[in-house]
Amino acid sequence: MTRLIYFAWIRERIGKLEEEVELPSDVTTVSDLLQWLRGRGEGYEAALQQPKIIRVAINQEHVEHREPIAGAREIALFPPMTGG
Amino acid sequence: MSVAPMIRIQAEDFDTSAEIARLTSGRGDVGAVVTFSGLCRDEAGTLAALEIEHYPGMAEAEIGRIAVQACERWPLTGLTAVHRFGRILPGQNIVLVVAASAHRQAAFEAAHFLMDYLKSRAPFWKKEHRIDGSTGEWVEAKESDEEAAARWR
Repeated sequence: MTRLIYFAWIRERIGKLEEEVELPSDVTTVSDLLQWLRGRGEGYEAALQQPKIIRVAINQEHVEHREPIAGAREIALFPPMTGG
Repeated sequence: MSVAPMIRIQAEDFDTSAEIARLTSGRGDVGAVVTFSGLCRDEAGTLAALEIEHYPGMAEAEIGRIAVQACERWPLTGLTAVHRFGRILPGQNIVLVVAASAHRQAAFEAAHFLMDYLKSRAPFWKKEHRIDGSTGEWVEAKESDEEAAARWR
């Protein structure tokens, strides 16, 4: 099981703070994950319709979309950051 | 050997002079302290408050990683970063960076570097609450913030 966590407008559109999912074996990269999530319902589609702008962290470190997700315990999806 | 930065993520306000004193009191080797404070603007009177969301755990870790880079890159005697979350009113503090060094250049540059990287890499998001009672939009990231961070590479 992998823990997915959502922030800001991605959290609002999906309608969940977090969830535990069993990832299909053909979901091997961050890009695959975003594509797979879009098929899970309207909220997901609304949140992830522009996958390019979605930022992703695996085990609390930033990753690129081409990177593998093998071994991830916690994957977070969020919009570009606006702190400071 | 570089110094260990102090990073705090908190809902409460911070005391800038106390944070400066923490890096300077009881020592004679600090010749320069640069502080940066980021405050909540009222956006020409239209903003009631900002709501700042963060990723607990990663927020500390990511600012920590950036701060360690700053400590390796410049000869600092101390480095502190404090970032608030929750509801912040116009005029209130959001973020503080304090960089101390023997000389001013390292302190200025380290503070600038830390802020530029923090803006585009630390997992915080701001949502606007308007004076008219509406919940406004999530603040959009600026291209110029990405470019500011890229300058340091």
